[in-house]
Amino acid sequence: MWDYTDKVMDHFRNPRNVGAIPNADGTGQVGSLVCGDALKLTIKVNKETDVIEDAKFETFGCASAIASSSILTEMIKGKTIAEASKITNQDIADALGTLPAEKMHCSVMGMEALEAAVKSYRQGGQPVVFEQQEEKIVCHCFNVSEETIIKAIRANHLKTVEDVTHFTKAGGGCGRCKGEIQKILNKVNGACEIPAAAKKSFAQMTVVEKIKAIELVLEEEIRPKLNMDGGSAELVDLDGTTVKIRLTGMCSGCAGAAGTLKNFIEKTLKEKVDASLSVEQA
Amino acid sequence: MKVIYLDNNATTQCAPAVVEAMLPYFSEKYGNASSMHTFGGGNRHAIDTARQQVADLIGAAHAEEIIFTSCATESDNTAIFSAVHTQPKKKHIITSAVEHPAVMEPYKYLEAKGYRVDFIGVDELGRFDMARFQSVLDEDTALVSVMWANSETGTIFPIADIARLAHEKGALFHTDAVQAVGKIPVNVQEADIDMLSLSGHKFHGPKGVGALYVRRGTLFMPYLMGGHQERHRRAGTENVPYIVGLGKAAELAQQRLSDGTSRRIATLRDKLEKGILATVPDVKVNGDPVHRVPNTTNISFGYIEGESILMYLNDLGICASSGSACTSGSLEPSHVLRAMGVPFQFAHGSIRFSLSDQTTEADIDLVLKELPAIIERLRKISPFSRLAA
Repeated sequence: MWDYTDKVMDHFRNPRNVGAIPNADGTGQVGSLVCGDALKLTIKVNKETDVIEDAKFETFGCASAIASSSILTEMIKGKTIAEASKITNQDIADALGTLPAEKMHCSVMGMEALEAAVKSYRQGGQPVVFEQQEEKIVCHCFNVSEETIIKAIRANHLKTVEDVTHFTKAGGGCGRCKGEIQKILNKVNGACEIPAAAKKSFAQMTVVEKIKAIELVLEEEIRPKLNMDGGSAELVDLDGTTVKIRLTGMCSGCAGAAGTLKNFIEKTLKEKVDASLSVEQA
Repeated sequence: MKVIYLDNNATTQCAPAVVEAMLPYFSEKYGNASSMHTFGGGNRHAIDTARQQVADLIGAAHAEEIIFTSCATESDNTAIFSAVHTQPKKKHIITSAVEHPAVMEPYKYLEAKGYRVDFIGVDELGRFDMARFQSVLDEDTALVSVMWANSETGTIFPIADIARLAHEKGALFHTDAVQAVGKIPVNVQEADIDMLSLSGHKFHGPKGVGALYVRRGTLFMPYLMGGHQERHRRAGTENVPYIVGLGKAAELAQQRLSDGTSRRIATLRDKLEKGILATVPDVKVNGDPVHRVPNTTNISFGYIEGESILMYLNDLGICASSGSACTSGSLEPSHVLRAMGVPFQFAHGSIRFSLSDQTTEADIDLVLKELPAIIERLRKISPFSRLAA
């Protein structure tokens, strides 16, 4: 159940300007059956004044997609092409009162269709399909380009990958591009990757650093595997390069405990912390 | 406005007789069933009765094989983690690609923890891929968990056959039977089931209570640890009123299975389905028309989007649900329809109608009267409608 505003429901129940203008001066299309929403926007423009005299839409999509398209046609009628080009997805959402965060991509679709229709008008009226640049596609599930993501981040002050998904759909399918979206967010929002501190050798570390390094590997690499058999391990002491470990849970008293200590815990600590380490049962 | 409720796979109305049975246990009979005094401990008898009522509904040999839980999600999680924890050497588990998230998510968690996991697919009618299942099943398989009936399409899986094959390789068999119990006859002994999950509110019981059947002798480890309740298998003070309600709902469900109610529901469902197919072009029924629970139909309307259909139905007081991406807040349409290979233009426009014994012929007639105009209206707005012509 979505919290749609009365305005959204009004435009959904009584959509304005449905249809297609014959011999339109501009036709913009965006989306597809696969994506789950699509919009075709046609405009009639006075060539003398550049004023949009009529606009009609056809939409495949949910209530907010239909409402966004409907209100967009009202917003652009009577405006010049230059004025209409300044309309952002936020303007569309504002005109509807607001849209649920998960539905902001519906307003973005309106903006993209308008962009395509304006381009179509400027090119002499041939229909234009809003296309992402192939080489810059970030989300392949929904065909979303880096450019679209950057625009959405800037216009709406997006902070998280989830925000980007709500506005552009990018990352909402298989999720494989979420890392890349985070990088784009970092780039646009000015965060920079903190260079990893130069790694100290184990011998150069303070005692506290040594213990922390061992504890980190225990937590991330060793305990999860022991937990699967109902056991765990505690760091009891560190004497030079000898690590004293106590096995707990199902591992304590397990016949294979000695093997677990040497073949798994010691091997992992040697690999991940320092080759000089050895492990003893505490 | 009268509500026409055709979303009974989501939840059902708690039957008045169930509410009546529960009420005393909220007020005058509030005692703790574990207490030594008769005032509290006497409630144990009410729980015993409920346990027998649930056991009877699913054909369990012994009432003690029923463990009361807070919901079917808890039952599913308990069964899955018990099966893997009690067989630590086995590192392979199998389920279907169309399960409820209560099974899917624990399986994905175990996959991330290093288990080999096979999600067995379905064909275009939603039928379980038995050949694929047999090819991946081996001695390392700890658990096979396959739903009895699908919530979205109503398709019934051949549970007895799947259980037999699982047992031949020494694997435990669990079934999420939430959408089957109360709708079709379910017998755990005939189907040779080790563990079965059910939920009260899917068959006119209260929300917040479910059960897990665990066959006597099955390796078991509790999910909630603490007190001795449910014979140490599920800690936590017994929720007496809800357990009593679940028992009463089970008793009523058993009556409905034998008194012709199921047939009456199926007749109404078929009338709805045939009526829609006859009056609306470019529609398609999803699921196995032969092996299907009697109350469910899942219909795709081409070239339009499900949420829009639901919202127009909602304006008329008609409640249904959709496998469309837009309704769930996720961006992809139903994983069940995608596993069946339903084309996107049909998956986005899918609507599930699920009936109950409370559904009347007048309800169905109203839907049949109103729906064609809604579909036509949305198709007029859609840029793809001319593809249909």
